[in-house]
Amino acid sequence: MSAQYAAILVFLLVAIAFVAGNLILNRLFRPQRPYPQKLNTYECGEQPVGGPWVRFNIRFYIVAIIFIIFDVEVLFLFPWAVVYKDLGLFAFVEMFIFLLILTVGLAYVWKKGHLEWVLARRTPRT
Amino acid sequence: MHFVPYLHEQFLSAWPASVVVLLVALIGAGIMLAWVALVALVAVWAERKVSAHMQARLGPIYVGGFHGWLQTVADGLKLFLKEDIIPAMADKWLYIQAPVLVFGGAFLAYAAIPFGPKLVVSDLNIGVFYILAMSAIVAVGIIMAGWASHNKWSLYGGMRTAAQFLSYEIPSALHLMPVIMYAGTLNLGEIVRSQETGLFGWAGIFGWYLFRNPFLFLSFICYYISSLAETNRTPFDLPETESELVAGYHTEYTGIRFAFFFMAEYANMFVAAALSTLLFCGGWNGVLSRNIQYLPDPVVFLLKCSAFIFLTMWLRWTLPRFRIDQLMALCWKFLIPLGLLNIVGSALWMYIFEQV
Repeated sequence: MSAQYAAILVFLLVAIAFVAGNLILNRLFRPQRPYPQKLNTYECGEQPVGGPWVRFNIRFYIVAIIFIIFDVEVLFLFPWAVVYKDLGLFAFVEMFIFLLILTVGLAYVWKKGHLEWVLARRTPRT
Repeated sequence: MHFVPYLHEQFLSAWPASVVVLLVALIGAGIMLAWVALVALVAVWAERKVSAHMQARLGPIYVGGFHGWLQTVADGLKLFLKEDIIPAMADKWLYIQAPVLVFGGAFLAYAAIPFGPKLVVSDLNIGVFYILAMSAIVAVGIIMAGWASHNKWSLYGGMRTAAQFLSYEIPSALHLMPVIMYAGTLNLGEIVRSQETGLFGWAGIFGWYLFRNPFLFLSFICYYISSLAETNRTPFDLPETESELVAGYHTEYTGIRFAFFFMAEYANMFVAAALSTLLFCGGWNGVLSRNIQYLPDPVVFLLKCSAFIFLTMWLRWTLPRFRIDQLMALCWKFLIPLGLLNIVGSALWMYIFEQV
């Protein structure tokens, strides 16, 4: 078994060597004439205005948080799926309860409106 | 690696076992590297021809004589001879690393893809899981490229990739669960072997997981949709929308570094097609029973993969691009609930109709 993971390590090294080797070989053929205008950040031909490293829409972070919860769930599902045939009804009931709890979570997030990319403006209740 | 003990006993008995293992792995890696390059060259050319003919154009026609078959080689050479620009404001260290990660992630997945019953470099017992993990590395590389470029378009592309990859990783794994439940293993070779015969012992096309039960059919369609999103193909090519974000995460990349991104994209397309083929469409099992299958196994497998790649190209020139809110809604409100439903449905189906 360890031989198969050794093969993956070899793949990793070959990938890095291939990219690095290409870049080094490339150095012999490519022109290298940098000047300040060329090294400027591309912004459709204009002088760049401000930096790009700014605050981002909060949606991206909420998606990341929801992702972590569901990704852990998927991790739990992998071993369960492999042995499902052997365990039968017991495994089914166990996982059904697990999925049900997570579905409640999904329903809650959905109800709260965090699955909408553009949040609806909250209208004050009268 | 089935032939390693054989090789060791027959020819190289004087050498220690570990050296033989490494030698075989090195040769396998070399072959796969050539294969990735070949896939990228042929797929880029095919994509141009397919798109051209779908729009009643001719596409590349001059280079190489026969239908411009050398066009991609010429373009590769051109990229190789171009100046390599690293923007002054860029985070140089991350900027250099990003193409390595993207290409490396795409290439590493090839270690576990079986092209035939014994034609696999590393016959991992967690093959499916390994390929999913490697495709996640590509996402890290793309986000890194977007961040390191210090360019607004790149960063928007990178952030969109983050959201899209994270979201679509869940449905693509969820929709594989029914297959894993049926096969009872994560080894790709064994999953294909378990598709030789289906319900009532029917062989051929009825053994494919695609046709085992209605939930698996639904799973296959949903998995295909999410694999399109994971490989950044239209209608999900938000990370590099030409019309909004110049070129997305690789706006600032030039020459050979851009070539690596481009190669990785097509390499990933093949991995996605191979995974669809292996898990849902019987891998190297033909339409008829294996007893009367005359084509060699790798040919059958590659024919199916080509069909999937063609389908991907066809979709690109048929469907318009999604908006980001539609993309997220499709994933979280449609594919994920459906994935949970498919798992429960498949489990019930197995329990009731197939007496697991």
